[in-house]
Amino acid sequence: MNEFLMDSSYFGLFFGLFAFWISTKISKALKSNLANPLLINTVIVILCLLVLDIDYETFNQGASHLTYFLTPATVALAIPMYKQVELLKKNMTAILVSILCGIAANALCIFGLCLAFGLSPEVYHSLLPKSVTTAIALGVSAEIGGVSSLTVASVVVTGLFGNAIARIVCRIFKITNPVAIGLGCGNAAHAIGTVAALEIGEVEGAMSGLAMVIAGVLTAVLVPLAAGWM
Amino acid sequence: MPYIFQLLVILGASFLGEICNLLLPLPIPASVYGLVLLFTALMTGIIKLENVDKTATFLIATMSIYFIAPSVSLMTVIADYVDSLLGIVVICCVSTALVMVVTGKVSQLIMEKSKPTEGVVSSDGVSGKEAGRDE
Repeated sequence: MNEFLMDSSYFGLFFGLFAFWISTKISKALKSNLANPLLINTVIVILCLLVLDIDYETFNQGASHLTYFLTPATVALAIPMYKQVELLKKNMTAILVSILCGIAANALCIFGLCLAFGLSPEVYHSLLPKSVTTAIALGVSAEIGGVSSLTVASVVVTGLFGNAIARIVCRIFKITNPVAIGLGCGNAAHAIGTVAALEIGEVEGAMSGLAMVIAGVLTAVLVPLAAGWM
Repeated sequence: MPYIFQLLVILGASFLGEICNLLLPLPIPASVYGLVLLFTALMTGIIKLENVDKTATFLIATMSIYFIAPSVSLMTVIADYVDSLLGIVVICCVSTALVMVVTGKVSQLIMEKSKPTEGVVSSDGVSGKEAGRDE
């Protein structure tokens, strides 16, 4: 099977997209925050490749064509940011300071816990950019010497967990301001957290999207500094 | 027809971002340079919103599928990191909750006081305490 498909340019592309389409259907049917299509897709594709004894390289030969669009898609995030520029200007200080505090807390927490668990620097570098949107996290991870697949996995786990706890955390810690809720969701759990923020309200969703982009850019600039700690 | 020019703009920003990444000695991914460049172009009016809107919206709406290959690549490394898995999951969950609380609380405090300087002082105290506690 593997040898037969090794020269195919479209197998991985078609199979990856097909599995993703199935995953969105499953995700809709399950109606749970934890049933993220990307997560379901990852499980389905990995299981299928293992069962059919197909190498990742064979799959990636086709699927990698999709990965080329990651950079343009990230660049396109400039558009939602531009659309919300008024909201950004109005709350500039609160947005920048709170996101910076979040990034600092994130780096310190990951550093401390990596030491506590005795994890390797490689794992530390893979985890550092985990709170931002996958496209930026992947770029940062590659720049500071992380393992890209570990980064993707931790980004997805982060997003799913953040999505699941958003309402509870805001209630326990009495975060009631819509702008603050949005910033918290977007800075902690990027796009998947933004979905949770959108469910809470419109302002929350808009702020979360904004926080995701700003946190992504600031993380790309600042996280390499924290990378030197280990 | 509008799609061709819109795609040209976005790919142009991506390409310029790549050049920045190659020329500048900073560990910032090409995509972030591109994002900042395109945002600047929109703010200064060099590029109009309607010149990128449709294609950008399409790219963002379909973003998930561009992650298929990187996420499946987990199968190639997972065996090497089985020992670290528990730690990785714990770190992801703890730090996510922490960042959400710190960011939400700090921004709320600043907006309540609406005096930026005071907000900065108290916010630093919060993030330091929270981060210290969780270590």
